[in-house]
Amino acid sequence: MDRIEKKILELNRLQDIQQRSHWMNNLHPLGKLLISVIYIFLVTSIDKYDIVTLILMSVYVIFTFIIGELSVKEGIYRMRLILPLVLFVGIFNPFFDKSSVPVAGFAVRGGIVSMLTLVIKGLYTVFAVYALIATTSIDDICYALRSIRVPKIIVIVIMLIYRYIDVMAGEVDRIYTAYRLRAPGQKGIEYRSWGTLVGQWLLRSMDKAQIVYESMLLRGFKGDFIPKKKGIKKIDVIYPLVWAIVLLLIRLHVFGI
Amino acid sequence: MHMADALVAPAVAGTMYVLSTGAAGVSVKKVREESDESKIPVMGVMGAFVFATQMLNFTIPGTGSSGHLCGGMMLSAMLGPFAGFLTMIGVLLVQCLLFADGGLMALGCNVWNMAFYGCFIGSLLIWHPIMKKGATKIKIALASILGCVLTLQLGAFSVTIETLISGITELPFSTFVATMQPIHLAIGFVEGLITSAVLIFIHEARPELLWGIGESTEKKDAKLSFKKTIITVAVAAALCGGVVSLFASAFPDGLEWSMEQVAGTTELEAQGQAYETAEAIQETTSLLPDYAFPDSEAAAGTSFSGIVGALIVAGLSAACCYAFRFFRRKTETQTA
Repeated sequence: MDRIEKKILELNRLQDIQQRSHWMNNLHPLGKLLISVIYIFLVTSIDKYDIVTLILMSVYVIFTFIIGELSVKEGIYRMRLILPLVLFVGIFNPFFDKSSVPVAGFAVRGGIVSMLTLVIKGLYTVFAVYALIATTSIDDICYALRSIRVPKIIVIVIMLIYRYIDVMAGEVDRIYTAYRLRAPGQKGIEYRSWGTLVGQWLLRSMDKAQIVYESMLLRGFKGDFIPKKKGIKKIDVIYPLVWAIVLLLIRLHVFGI
Repeated sequence: MHMADALVAPAVAGTMYVLSTGAAGVSVKKVREESDESKIPVMGVMGAFVFATQMLNFTIPGTGSSGHLCGGMMLSAMLGPFAGFLTMIGVLLVQCLLFADGGLMALGCNVWNMAFYGCFIGSLLIWHPIMKKGATKIKIALASILGCVLTLQLGAFSVTIETLISGITELPFSTFVATMQPIHLAIGFVEGLITSAVLIFIHEARPELLWGIGESTEKKDAKLSFKKTIITVAVAAALCGGVVSLFASAFPDGLEWSMEQVAGTTELEAQGQAYETAEAIQETTSLLPDYAFPDSEAAAGTSFSGIVGALIVAGLSAACCYAFRFFRRKTETQTA
C-alpha cells in the first residue's frame, strides 16, 4: 500500500472514530479544545529534569485513552512524523549534559533524563491532540474556534480544506496510479512531468473551486457558514474544569512528589 | 520542518503566537478589503490541493531519492501574500490535527517558520519584484528557486533559534545550524524546481491565474497619474520651501560646526584671482543672497527664496530628465 492510500485510510479511520456515539464525543468542543491546550501548555512547561511530575501528568492521556476507548497503537503511529526531529534534538543531550540529577533517590546523568523527558513530552502532546481530534470533528473544532473569536475567514478556509482533502486525495491517488501504470518500477514522478502533471491538476482544481463557489452561492452562501448552536450542559463545564484543576495541582507539585 | 509541541517552551510558543496572530490580523484585514468572496473557495480548494500534493513523490534527477512540495511559495504565487498566508494557516492547522504533523502549541512557530516566510518574504520580496514587469520562463524559475531556497533557509534558522531559546537541547548553536541549513538548502532547491515547473506550466496555460504579474505600471497609473504626481510633489515642495524653511535652524550645519571647531570660523578666507572672479560672478547672479531679499531681513524673503529654489531645482531636474530621454530615443532610433 503506498503513502497516499495510507493517508486516505488514516483519514477514514479518524472520521469513523469521530462519528461514533460516545459521551466524550458529545462533550462541548470548546471545553475539549481548551483542556487540550492547557494540558499541552502544562506538559511543555515542566522542567527538563523533572521526570516524576511528567510521569504524573500521564493521568490525562491514560484516562482519555482508556475511558475514550482510543487506540494506543494509532497514537504511537502518529508519532512517526515528529519523532525524527525530536530524537535529533534530544539524542545529543547525554553527550553534552554530563551533570548528575537525582531521580527517585538515584543519581542519573542529566542528559539522559532531559532526553527522556523530551521524548515523553512529545508522546503526551501527540496523544493529547489525538484524543481531541478523535473525539471532536473538524466542524466542531471550527465551531470552538469561532467561539473564541478566531476570524471567520480563517475558520471557513479550514472547513473548506478539510472538506476537499478527501476529494483531492482521491484525485491525486488516481493521477499517481495512472502515472505508475505507465512508468512501472519508477520511484516518484520524473522531472519532465512535474510541470504538466501537477499543473494540469492545479488548473482542474481552480476550475473546481469556481464550481464550488457557484454551488455555494446557489445554496445561499453569504460569506459565512452559520453553525448550529450547541447548548452547554453541566458535564461540558465540569469535565474541563476538573481536569484543569487536577493537572494544575500536579504541575504545582501540590501532591508533594 | 514542522515543529512539535515538545520542542518549544511556552514562552517561545506564546511569543510566536503573538507574532503570527499579528501577521494573520493584517492578512484578514487585507483580504476583507478586497471583498472578493469568490476567493474564499479558491483558498480552501488550493489549501486542499497543497495538502494533497504533499503526498506526491517527485524523483530528484541524479539521485536515488525523491522529494515533495511544501507549497508556501506556490500558494503566494497563485493567491498573493495575504490570502496565501491565511490558506497556509489552515493547511498547518489541519496537518497538525489530522496527522500530528506539528503541534497545537507550536502552531504559532510553524505558521511563522513556514507561512510567514513563504508567503510574505517569498512573494513580496522575491516574486513580486521579479514579476512586476512581466513574467518569462527564466524569471518564474528564478523567483521560484530563489524564493523556496531563501524562505526555507529562514524557516530552518528560525527552528534552530526557537528550539535553542526553549532550552530543551544541549546541542551547540553552531552544530545545530550546520545540520539544519544544508539539509534545507537541498530541500529548498528541489522544492523550487518543482514549484517553477508547475508555475511555468500555469503561466503558459492560464497566465491570468498568477498573482502580481506586470502589476506595477497598471497599479501606479490607476492610483497616481503623472499629473497628480507632479501636483503632489509641487505642493510638497512649496510647503517645505515656503513654510518649513521659516523654522530652519540658525545654528551652523555639521560641516560648518566642524570648521568652526577647527579653524574658529565657518567661512574660510581664500585668496587668489580664481576665487575673486568666482565671488564676483556669485554676487552678480545671486538673486536671493543668504536665502533672503537683498538688504532685507524680512521673513517673506526666506519663504520666497525657498519656493523659488524648489521651483528652480524641479525645473532643472525635469529638463535633465527630458534631455536624457531625448538622447536615449535618438540613440535607439539610430541603432534601429
